[in-house]
Amino acid sequence: MRTTRRQFLSLAGSVTVIPIVTLRPLEATPAMLNTAVRNIVGEAPIHTGKVKLDIPPLVENGNTVPMTVSVASPMTADDYVKSIHVFNEKNPQPNIGNFYLNPSSGRAQISTRIRLADTQKVVAIARLSDDSFWQVAADIVVTLAACTEEVN
Amino acid sequence: MAALINVPAKAKRGDIIEIRTLTSHIMETGFRHTMDGALVPRDIITSFTCRYNGAEIFRADLFPAIAANPYLSFFTVAKESGKFEFEWIGDNGYSSTASASITVE
Repeated sequence: MRTTRRQFLSLAGSVTVIPIVTLRPLEATPAMLNTAVRNIVGEAPIHTGKVKLDIPPLVENGNTVPMTVSVASPMTADDYVKSIHVFNEKNPQPNIGNFYLNPSSGRAQISTRIRLADTQKVVAIARLSDDSFWQVAADIVVTLAACTEEVN
Repeated sequence: MAALINVPAKAKRGDIIEIRTLTSHIMETGFRHTMDGALVPRDIITSFTCRYNGAEIFRADLFPAIAANPYLSFFTVAKESGKFEFEWIGDNGYSSTASASITVE
């Protein structure tokens, strides 16, 4: 059967829709990151979702990368975000920051600027008031590394 | 040390307000070497706390992966007029404070 022009175009169109920031489960991460995550989470299961990590997919300078983490939460006394933990995969140390919130935060969102030593994955994990954990990961391409360069 | 604090001067009761802070600090990672190979010792801010009329509303543990001159932004509900107090604590006995006031109507 010959492929019509219309079929070809619809197929080509569907293939090109690949998100730039790909989301992957935590299983694929190196041991150091996994240990750091387990130090916070313990043996509890980590769900995917609820958390949003806003970070540029391509950065020229790893010395200062803006990052915003937000969690979908009503932030009421019975249902709020206790803490947000951010980790990296390939810096000399896996931790980036721990941020502690409470119901009076109103909105579960924090921003800061981070260092990235290499092209790698950043993982954000939120702990909710019911002690469930939710995560998101983002891949970032870094062209100039931070952290380990020589001091002049 | 100098700190830049951005808190709205006025808010309606119950409003969710954004607080932005920036402080000057080298945040030396402790992973860098000088040209002759000596390790530059770590010198970072390890902890940040914000109190609203004495009650803690936000706290953060910082690591070497936080960029120099740490910037932090977070939210809180404007409940009453008063004062926000900010405190940064770090290596080598580093400590710095700042404050900002708000009028809640």
